[in-house]
Amino acid sequence: MGFILAQALTGLSNAAALFLVASGLSIIFGVTRIVNFAHGSFYMLGAYIAYTTMSMLPGIIGFWASVAITGVAVGLIGVIVELVVLRQVYKAPELFQLVATFGVILVVQDLTLLTWGPEDLIGSRAPGLESVVYIMGEAIPEYDLAIIALTPVVLFAIWYLFNRTRWGILVRAATEDREMVGALGVNQSWLFTGVFFLGSLLAGVGGAIQLPKGGADLLMDFSILSAVFVVVVIGGMGSIPGAFIAALIISELNVFGVQLLPQSTLVLMFVVMALVLIVRPWGLLGKPEKPGQHGQVGELARPIAVMPTKGRWLFAAVLVLLALLPVLDDSFLLVLMADIIIFSLFATSLHFLMGPGGMVSFGHAAYFGGGAYAAALAVKYMGAPMEIALMIAPLIAGCLAIIIGWFCVRLSGVYLAMLTLAFAQVLWSIVFQWGEVTGGDDGILGIWPSEWASNGIVFYYLVLIIGSAGILLIRHVLHSPFGYGVRAGRDSFVRSEAIGINVKLMQWMAFAFAGALAGLAGGLYVFAKGSIFPDEMEIARSFDALIMVLLGGVKTLSGPIVGASSFTLLQDWLSRFEYWRLVLGSMIILLVILFPQGLVGFARDKFGRLINIRGEDHA
Amino acid sequence: MLKTFTKLAVAASLTASLGLAAAPGYADTIKIGDINSYKRLPAHTIPYKNGALLAIEEINKAGGINGDMLELVSRDDQGKPGEAIKIAEELFSRDGVAMISGSLFSHVGLALASYAGQKKRVYLAAEPLADALVWAKGNKYTFRLRPSTWMQASMLAEQAAKNPAKRWATIAPNYAYGKDAVHAFKTVLKSLRPDVEFVTEQWPGLFKIDAGAEVQALQASNPEAIYNVTFGGDLAKFVREGKLRGLFKGKLTVGLLTGEPEYLDPLKGEAPVGWLVTGYPWYSIQTAAHDKFRNAYQARWNDYPRIGSLVGYNTMLTIAATLKKTKSLKADDLVAAMEGLSVESPSGPFSLRAIDHQSTMGAYVGTTALKDGKGIMVDWKYLNGADYLPSDAEVRKMRPAN
Repeated sequence: MGFILAQALTGLSNAAALFLVASGLSIIFGVTRIVNFAHGSFYMLGAYIAYTTMSMLPGIIGFWASVAITGVAVGLIGVIVELVVLRQVYKAPELFQLVATFGVILVVQDLTLLTWGPEDLIGSRAPGLESVVYIMGEAIPEYDLAIIALTPVVLFAIWYLFNRTRWGILVRAATEDREMVGALGVNQSWLFTGVFFLGSLLAGVGGAIQLPKGGADLLMDFSILSAVFVVVVIGGMGSIPGAFIAALIISELNVFGVQLLPQSTLVLMFVVMALVLIVRPWGLLGKPEKPGQHGQVGELARPIAVMPTKGRWLFAAVLVLLALLPVLDDSFLLVLMADIIIFSLFATSLHFLMGPGGMVSFGHAAYFGGGAYAAALAVKYMGAPMEIALMIAPLIAGCLAIIIGWFCVRLSGVYLAMLTLAFAQVLWSIVFQWGEVTGGDDGILGIWPSEWASNGIVFYYLVLIIGSAGILLIRHVLHSPFGYGVRAGRDSFVRSEAIGINVKLMQWMAFAFAGALAGLAGGLYVFAKGSIFPDEMEIARSFDALIMVLLGGVKTLSGPIVGASSFTLLQDWLSRFEYWRLVLGSMIILLVILFPQGLVGFARDKFGRLINIRGEDHA
Repeated sequence: MLKTFTKLAVAASLTASLGLAAAPGYADTIKIGDINSYKRLPAHTIPYKNGALLAIEEINKAGGINGDMLELVSRDDQGKPGEAIKIAEELFSRDGVAMISGSLFSHVGLALASYAGQKKRVYLAAEPLADALVWAKGNKYTFRLRPSTWMQASMLAEQAAKNPAKRWATIAPNYAYGKDAVHAFKTVLKSLRPDVEFVTEQWPGLFKIDAGAEVQALQASNPEAIYNVTFGGDLAKFVREGKLRGLFKGKLTVGLLTGEPEYLDPLKGEAPVGWLVTGYPWYSIQTAAHDKFRNAYQARWNDYPRIGSLVGYNTMLTIAATLKKTKSLKADDLVAAMEGLSVESPSGPFSLRAIDHQSTMGAYVGTTALKDGKGIMVDWKYLNGADYLPSDAEVRKMRPAN
């Protein structure tokens, strides 16, 4: 009995930091509709800043003053990010701000490394709360009890702020209807800035109060990010009490999961999230998204048309150039280009879902990695040759997408995206944990191309042919009745249904199709690299694809190719420098601000006339 | 208009700068490719690089390799195996390196080993610990320097067997290294002491430990001794919660790698006391070779050496010894030179075994203590790696023939 109580209290205290960070994210999302990937960075900054202030301000007062100072400092950093970066891109297409926040993550990582150095920092214990009290014979740290007591206070303070102050009421109004609040003469921009301040402040405080239980290190931004997203989604995006309940559920489950199922620690919260979303598609306390509310910033995507002759010539010219590449006799160039082609195919398949399909996937790496693993497993256990493995890859990935898609198409917007993320994580943890079959994180090694294709040039041609065929197939499908149906479903659910299109079925098939092609890319990837590891299914890989699509321009067809090429090249080139993340992050932010329509979107708007494109979306 | 122009200028300069990638080579320079996760785990990889650079500078100052200068071409793999493979290709084909070395993460090391085997190019794995690297997944072109998981875990198990404790609990991060480390320790300890039992195994996610809950769970199983494999931030949280809740009181605790400065030093005054650990007591090793290394390192980098520094230094010494032994830079000649190669190093002599390409570099095993508010290792001894490696017959069973 005492043991259960002790575990429950541990869970409660863990919930505190999680709730603070998650509520910050929830508030920011609720009002600005920005999916802020950089929220983990604010949490990390909070830990580092608090470490410094706590070492300067001793004693009980110093400790709690440090927490407050940290909150304000991180809040102000959030304001800077909002003013300098995000304010420039509010009008950009759906989820584009997400790319900017990704740039912020990179910049913060390197700045933190520059400022505080590489070594992990261990937080000092909270003065006056260093010891334990015994409850039913179990030792409970005093500090745990203190933050358990603190959490309801914070919850009440946030509730008061949003329900009893004028500012809070305006923010809630903006959450409901931004346009209307603007029309009533409220300066939205400053409302957003204020919300960003509050959200970042909460993340900073979260980072500060966990110091006495841990410390500050350079990986904590990513390690909390997924947990925070899970909490926000389970609770319902924008709902503070929801975030509170979800943080409690997740923390308690983790604590008891450790005891009952020690191996479950990786996957438990994602399973819970998937279950919650399947039963309650908007989270526990969230509200259904109103039609047209989410992601309809900026103009609607224009109809697409068949590519004009000049465009076809351009495309053909690029292909010829690529085919001539081996003339240069540079084996590294071929390897790099093969990477680019593979990622272009991967990004194009995601774009099919995101752009024409209108369904954002945060877990597209599930199919990429799924295809790669299917190919690798086929080679390892069935002795399949490369040719067969490359056929199995899209098949298995497509099947995975059929299963995942069946659940996901019931949802929409960010919830759909998060459910894809949950499935990707579950899949990842299966691959990661099932060491006997998948090799766990030691991966599957020695998956090299068949003898005839093992020459670098031959393999390059193989990638070029399969990759461009895949990309052309996606384009072709977009112009087929199926592609029209998918787009119709995105643009108007009701009208599409009215003319007899089964929109959900279309979306489900879109999932399968996109998944299969991502799997094909994964299959090529495993033979290009000779080995496969669970990393390729991780969130980071999904984010890469997302960044590529958005960077190129989600409302264009060749955007993903341009995005994949520029992102891969930039990364390859910049990683030669010591502080490359700083430079890459700044460059991404710069690109986002300069080209809010994406690279191709910009080019089309400015130079479309040169290749006979008159305002319509051919590119 | 101006805005458009600016955008064009930015785009153009981006494109232009992408073209300027490869650097020209120099005659009479032997290049060594170095791939490591310099951004993902800088606390470990920067000391590694510093150690490697120090060795290169010393070798060159002493006249290089038969008059040729060594040059280290360092690249960051972002902690991604796929990226490492791409960089390896570039190092060989564009930079013209003779061989590659480095890596810290096991999976990156394994990917590079697979690449080395396929492309017949030499890879000297410096820090990855995975046993499979030289055994189950070993190949002709891959060598490994650092004592592997199995070796270090069996060193600890041998010492732990002397303790009367019978009820053991383990806690290890939930990934390959943690699982291997627990498996090796259990196997060796059981073979030495059939009477011990393992009462619980805890598997927190890597860098996601829920320390309070783990400590409670360990306590609930009431063990007499604990085997810890957590490290980094997880270790700090585990030690803090464990101390607070009295987990370690009256129990033998064994910590794999816990005595390495990379992990022990961040704990400062909270470093655990009386743990049996493997590590690197750079402050109290008193041999002429190590004194020379330590003084040179401190003079060059104004910092003290970590285990990574020692491994980096020894890696370059190994490469230099190889190049002195053979004039040819062909992969097969390099492999022939490396098999059975003996190297004199600050940590004592070691050799590269011909049978499995594992070096016999050993590890320091001792007990943790607190001194001047810092964790140190006391009563330590250096255990020779050769004594903790499987027999030739066992290796032949594990290692694919080629």
